[in-house]
Amino acid sequence: MSSPMTPGVAAGRLPAQEIAKNFRDIHPALAPHEAAVAADRCYFCHDAPCVTACPTAIDIPMFIRQISTGVPEAAARTILAQNILGGMCARVCPTETLCEEACVRETAEGKPVLLGRLQRFATDALMETGVHPFTRAKPTGKRVAVVGAGPAGLACAHRLAMHGHDVTLFDARAKAGGLNEFGIAAYKSTDDFAAREVNWLMSIGGIEVQTGKRLGQGLSIDGLVSGFDAVFLGIGLGGVNALGIDGDGTEGVRDAVDFISELRQASDLARLPVGRNVVVIGGGMTAVDAAVQSKLLGAETVTIAYRRSREEMPASPFEQDLAASRGVRLLFNLRPVALHGKGKVAEIELEYTTRKDGKLTGTGETVRLAADQVLRAIGQTLSADGGLKVEGGKIAVTGAGRTSRKGVWAGGDCASGGDDLTVTAVAEGRDAAMDIHASLTGA
Amino acid sequence: MADLSTNFVGIKSPNPFWLASAPPTDKEYNVRRAFEAGWGGVVWKTLGSEGPPIVNVNGPRYGAIWGADRRLLGLNNIELITDRPLEVNLREIKTVKRDYPDRAMVVSIMVPCEESEWKAILPLVEETGADGIELNFGCPHGMSERGMGAAVGQVPEYIEMVARWCKQYTRMPVIVKLTPNITDIRYPARAAKRGGADAVSLINTISSITGVDLDSFSPLPSIDGKGSHGGYCGPAVKPIALNMCAEIARDAETRGLPISGIGGVTTWRDAAEFLALGAGTVQVCTAAMTYGFRIVEEMKTGLSDWMDKKGYAHVSDFVGKAVPNVTDWQYLNLNYVAKARIDQDACIKCGRCFAACEDTSHQAIWMKEGRVFEVNDAECVACNLCVDVCPVEDCITMVPMQPGQTDPRTGKVVSGDYANWTTHPNNPMARAAE
Repeated sequence: MSSPMTPGVAAGRLPAQEIAKNFRDIHPALAPHEAAVAADRCYFCHDAPCVTACPTAIDIPMFIRQISTGVPEAAARTILAQNILGGMCARVCPTETLCEEACVRETAEGKPVLLGRLQRFATDALMETGVHPFTRAKPTGKRVAVVGAGPAGLACAHRLAMHGHDVTLFDARAKAGGLNEFGIAAYKSTDDFAAREVNWLMSIGGIEVQTGKRLGQGLSIDGLVSGFDAVFLGIGLGGVNALGIDGDGTEGVRDAVDFISELRQASDLARLPVGRNVVVIGGGMTAVDAAVQSKLLGAETVTIAYRRSREEMPASPFEQDLAASRGVRLLFNLRPVALHGKGKVAEIELEYTTRKDGKLTGTGETVRLAADQVLRAIGQTLSADGGLKVEGGKIAVTGAGRTSRKGVWAGGDCASGGDDLTVTAVAEGRDAAMDIHASLTGA
Repeated sequence: MADLSTNFVGIKSPNPFWLASAPPTDKEYNVRRAFEAGWGGVVWKTLGSEGPPIVNVNGPRYGAIWGADRRLLGLNNIELITDRPLEVNLREIKTVKRDYPDRAMVVSIMVPCEESEWKAILPLVEETGADGIELNFGCPHGMSERGMGAAVGQVPEYIEMVARWCKQYTRMPVIVKLTPNITDIRYPARAAKRGGADAVSLINTISSITGVDLDSFSPLPSIDGKGSHGGYCGPAVKPIALNMCAEIARDAETRGLPISGIGGVTTWRDAAEFLALGAGTVQVCTAAMTYGFRIVEEMKTGLSDWMDKKGYAHVSDFVGKAVPNVTDWQYLNLNYVAKARIDQDACIKCGRCFAACEDTSHQAIWMKEGRVFEVNDAECVACNLCVDVCPVEDCITMVPMQPGQTDPRTGKVVSGDYANWTTHPNNPMARAAE
């Protein structure tokens, strides 16, 4: 039995029960009474700011009114009509920077209506019935290839299936779900929710899943374009940026996304190894997810080192507070310059940074932190472009996800425009589907 | 510090807050607790004739409607008058009055419309040392089917007759409790006055069904699948009660007739409003049934602080002060012009004023870039709907235009003169200016 102080990278730093407790649902489901009280606070605003702030434009005042009138299943249909992954988005959306930030009760009292949790209340209620609320239109005879079964691909596939098209959904991994299944923190998607949601989504019918297929490995744009009536790419960002310093690649240094993915698929978290002293390099949601989960697994110290200032950190204040409340140390204006250790990492050397003429530069002053494990979370990159036009490191799109090649659409993290959020990916997948539908049927 | 004591038709109480005749005043235990909590008086729950006690249903007696956060707005009941033996009630009334001599002890009575019945019960009540009686001519449910309660209150002749008997057979002040389940409250009030009643109290509850169970299709509250109309009370009925009080207070025949105001009194403000419209005391039930007896503390301090601020030493100093301002529509000043103003600093940008005005009123609110809501004076008729739907108090206000200014809606210069419908050129019945 190891402990938080056990040197190196080790599993079972905390008793299994404590780990289970640590990974409980971060925002437990609202009980019916809690939902009723929360729903009562909604003012049913005109042209509501929360709707404008939602990338999928869910009619939030309407679904809350439906909750307060005792019909959460109807509320769920309102949500899902706009966002088929409304259940997951209710769990992972940074609502504090989207709908809840825009809520007029945030303006009025500094306390928004609990929109995310109410959305979860409604979608949970519907999913518990086991009923899929949408049916397929008459078959069109058109076939569409959707590559990538993450949020963008799933939303696109569902919308296409709903309109009567036959969809083949490819994914490189062994199961569908994308970052919902492999990427986000476990405490945001408990009880295998991502997989349950995918199964529920698929129950509309008309979507055939083929796993283990990716662009460049069994799939090519040319092949897809000739084999299908349309192609949608929701392939995400498969590559990870390197630290670009000495020692990168040493034992103990790995990608945060791999760490999270392994954690998400682990059947027993008590057997998942984690460092005694973990340093996460980066400042986004992935950095926070990796850091917090390292701490919850029992790492003695976990540090996030971000090269810019707190204000510039992409992770929201809510995520920063979450990390701090779980005991993660947040360091700003520090960038890695070297990794030290014999055969495996033992220390990381960081240099302080400052802004000079708008440019981030090192001050020359460095600090060394003990580090048995270093997690890279400094951004992901497009791993395949299929020969399509790329801009800013992403597949260039115009309109509803149209790429430079006729008949090929793209959306989600791999495509240009929009934030790299689940909800944005859903919106892009959905809108591309509608555009594909229009182009295939002339509707 | 303001003096809250009142003398209502000779019935003295340390404050104007009485508990109405209702479940909270059905027995000694409750009334003692109420007096300990600070209530100025009680109207003991209605006594009936001697004999086998009244029976109540053994299912729900109350139904309700709620506002946001399940705040109870309206309560309905199908409970009958006291179901305890007459002698028990009388004994308890006597004991409690003996122990709380400074509190008002009024006893509500409902017996059949026969002189002998009233003649029989009045001495029994008088013997308790009670300060007065209230004739329950108001209950709209159950007892009315037996020719009592609202069945009496709906026939002015009966009111007058019974009031007269009571004045004849007891020395105690007689208060007639009126039912609102009629078309014009002035008729029963006038009858009470003609019968010699010392005062009226109003309103009793309003006939109501609070809802329908959409599974069983039973009205609510439901007794084994059936429902019967109950009596409605609570905050929702306050506006109806205030109007009826005002009607009696300003009626030529009943002006000056003491009124004990009842109907949705929940806070000190509600009480002050009833008093301003002519009530000498107020009676409370639903608020106590919702929150318990402790609320009287807020009512007393609230009223006292307000009186201090306004310079009223005694409750009687402001009783009826609003009555002269209650008038008929035809006498309202048609030269008064106001416009809505939205305080941009207070606005939280919910847009409800816009939705209400745009969809259902006069299209007088602009929604500008950045969710800025502004009033278009050229369309605003000052209807007040925006004020009423705004969730932020005082964010939208009605600002009167000054004489000499031009109303952009009508293009007319606002006059400082008073002019009403009776002389308006559009009124075919308008009298020529004299």
